[in-house]
Amino acid sequence: MLQSPTNDESRVRVPNTNKGQYSPNPNPKGDKKQNRVIRFLNSQKVAPYVFITPFIVSFLLLTLYPTIKAFTMSFQRVLPGQSHFIGWNNYERIFNPTFYKALQNTTIYVVLTVVILVVVPIVLSVILDSKLVKFKTLFRASLFIPSLTSVIVAGTIFRLIFGESDASAANQIIGIFGMEPIEWRYNSWSAMFLMVVLCCWRWMGVNMLYFLAGLQNIPKELYEAAEIDGANVFQKFYYVTLPFLKPITIFVITISIINGFRMFEESFVYWETSSPGNIGTTVVGYIYQQGIQQNDLGFGAAIGVVLMLIIFVISIIQLLLTGAFKRSDE
Amino acid sequence: MKKYLLFILAVAFSILLTACGGNNKSSGGGGEANASETVGEDIEGATELTFWTYQEQHMKIFKSAAERWNEEYPDRPIKLVAETYPYDQHHNNLLMAMQSGSGGPDIADIEVGRFSNFLQGDIQLEPMNEYMEPLKDVLIPSRIDMYSKDGNYYGVPTHLGATVVYYNQEIMDEAGVDIDSIKTWDDYVEAGKQVVEKTGVPMTTVETDEHWSYWPLVSQSGSDFFDENGELILSNEKNVKTLQFLQDMVYESEIAVTAPGGFHHSEEYYGFMNDGGAASLMMPMWYMGRFIDYMPDLKGKMVMKPMPLWEGSDAKTAGMGGTGTVVTKTSDNVDLAKEFLAYAKLSEEGSIALWKQLGFTPVRTDVWDSPELQEDNEYFDYFGDYIWDMVSEMSAEVSGIKLTPYTADVITELQSNVMHSVIREKSQTPKEALKQAEESIRGKMEAGE
Repeated sequence: MLQSPTNDESRVRVPNTNKGQYSPNPNPKGDKKQNRVIRFLNSQKVAPYVFITPFIVSFLLLTLYPTIKAFTMSFQRVLPGQSHFIGWNNYERIFNPTFYKALQNTTIYVVLTVVILVVVPIVLSVILDSKLVKFKTLFRASLFIPSLTSVIVAGTIFRLIFGESDASAANQIIGIFGMEPIEWRYNSWSAMFLMVVLCCWRWMGVNMLYFLAGLQNIPKELYEAAEIDGANVFQKFYYVTLPFLKPITIFVITISIINGFRMFEESFVYWETSSPGNIGTTVVGYIYQQGIQQNDLGFGAAIGVVLMLIIFVISIIQLLLTGAFKRSDE
Repeated sequence: MKKYLLFILAVAFSILLTACGGNNKSSGGGGEANASETVGEDIEGATELTFWTYQEQHMKIFKSAAERWNEEYPDRPIKLVAETYPYDQHHNNLLMAMQSGSGGPDIADIEVGRFSNFLQGDIQLEPMNEYMEPLKDVLIPSRIDMYSKDGNYYGVPTHLGATVVYYNQEIMDEAGVDIDSIKTWDDYVEAGKQVVEKTGVPMTTVETDEHWSYWPLVSQSGSDFFDENGELILSNEKNVKTLQFLQDMVYESEIAVTAPGGFHHSEEYYGFMNDGGAASLMMPMWYMGRFIDYMPDLKGKMVMKPMPLWEGSDAKTAGMGGTGTVVTKTSDNVDLAKEFLAYAKLSEEGSIALWKQLGFTPVRTDVWDSPELQEDNEYFDYFGDYIWDMVSEMSAEVSGIKLTPYTADVITELQSNVMHSVIREKSQTPKEALKQAEESIRGKMEAGE
């Protein structure tokens, strides 16, 4: 999906010197059968497939099979020993107020996290990459460390920080500014805020690393040339840095959208599976609640299929808009 | 060609990432058991039985039972492997194991709210009738019926779960209210007004995120969420009236506040209560343990009483919550597992252990008089030694609850919509909220037929 700006057609093409006859047999009297196997595996046509087998096998077993199974289950009422097909019934039930609420929450969450998790890390990475900043490694490490913690652990701490009592850390801080204590987990806006904060806190460092890596690829000469042309800091950022970060940005946006739609833990740690007025319910949380907690796996599977279609359509639209499907030499 | 390849790659990628979501989820909860213990591993030829629970305390009962068993029956020893998982994970793992027919334990705990999930389809649990029926006369009927289906008893109950009101004697004295004078809920509200007026402390707290303030009252009033035929009666007149009663306590007479933290098991709530935040609290008797563990400052100050009565009714309590312990069909040693389970929880020793080790009121009424139950322990120290007299007084009137496959849906609706909008926000009347919840559940019930 990611394309380097260079023409990769030429890079892929390996010089074909000894096509077919790759390894001449060093021991003509050896076991012919084994020889043939080795030669077969070594041949240029087969070898690549041998190397990708581990991925293909795990994909087929752990991803494709469950996906197909989920499709079938979405048309079933799943009970131990008594699963039976019920046609479109599960799908007919999906479009209910709770699902819409979950989808609305999830969509708002995706938009917010994508915007925050692209803009802020770019700015941070540029700052951390500049020569003016001291203790770069320290900052880099401390921004990255949150992503190593478990959401569940971090979320429990966040839940305590944002407790609704006057004594909770967050309420004390806003108290300094003379604001009234907030019941963080019970307002729809603060519920969204809590989830977004937890997610951003956690992924900020990772996205920043992506952008930092991207910054290393920008030739220094371009900045020199821009300086000679009299560009100021912002112009250099806008005309040189940003275009070069485009492939990374597309990647980060794609990942963030998909991660956002399948968000679950951030909501689970605050409210488990039932939030007041469904202010924290997400689509995946709804799958979990209906499918597993309430033992309606068929319905859960149907929501899962709908969610997959939504993610798929949005990803395709996004990739089309950002031009990821265009050939690099067009 | 390359375009299509990219397209396929994008498809594969999005499938892969969606799939990864599922994996992360289970690893987030922690794949390992919280606690795991083994009894009898040094005995040669012992039959291994596994026990899963979601409440670490429950392991104590089975551990001590296994030790007694191995002494009593040296010819057929047991090696018991007991494991505790987090609540959600435990029930989900168990449900998946039952669904797929493999990987389950021999014996497992199932919480009452989740029990009906396990009674659908071909039931993967073993009936315990051969051990329960002989004891029928001494077991509280409502507590064994809730784990049964079509005349088969699948779950062995853990405790009576009688709901009581815990009064803070200090605050009541300060307000000049005699606890014994509170006979009906009307008296309770009047006493509450006096408490608020004299001390400024609220009379009680109402949960907004869970259902323990509402369900016991519903059950005590003689109603329930489902009738005996499994018909949904969530918004019937009695239930509306009961919810109105709760709303009025918060907004009309202003003697109650919403529970800090949203429910009576939150850290915020323990702190609030421990500091004398409210004069009384209605919860089932198994909440005693929470007082001892989390509210040490209230020791010697709390007094338990049966629930005040509804006008024209004698019901003094409601049996709430609970855990049914089951033997699974997938067990390799079904007979041994059943015998051991009965030994651990239905025998006299087992019932006594339930009280001595966990402070649970056993459902076997014939052990209540036994001398072991009158011995001093931390529960007597904390609450006083009147506990058994009170239990005997209430037990004739323990109202039961009806569980159906849709009980979990009702609880979800109560937690996420009804309690929130009626009690916390007061944005809906009890009738509106219950009607709306009922419609949503009914939609699901009709679709599920």
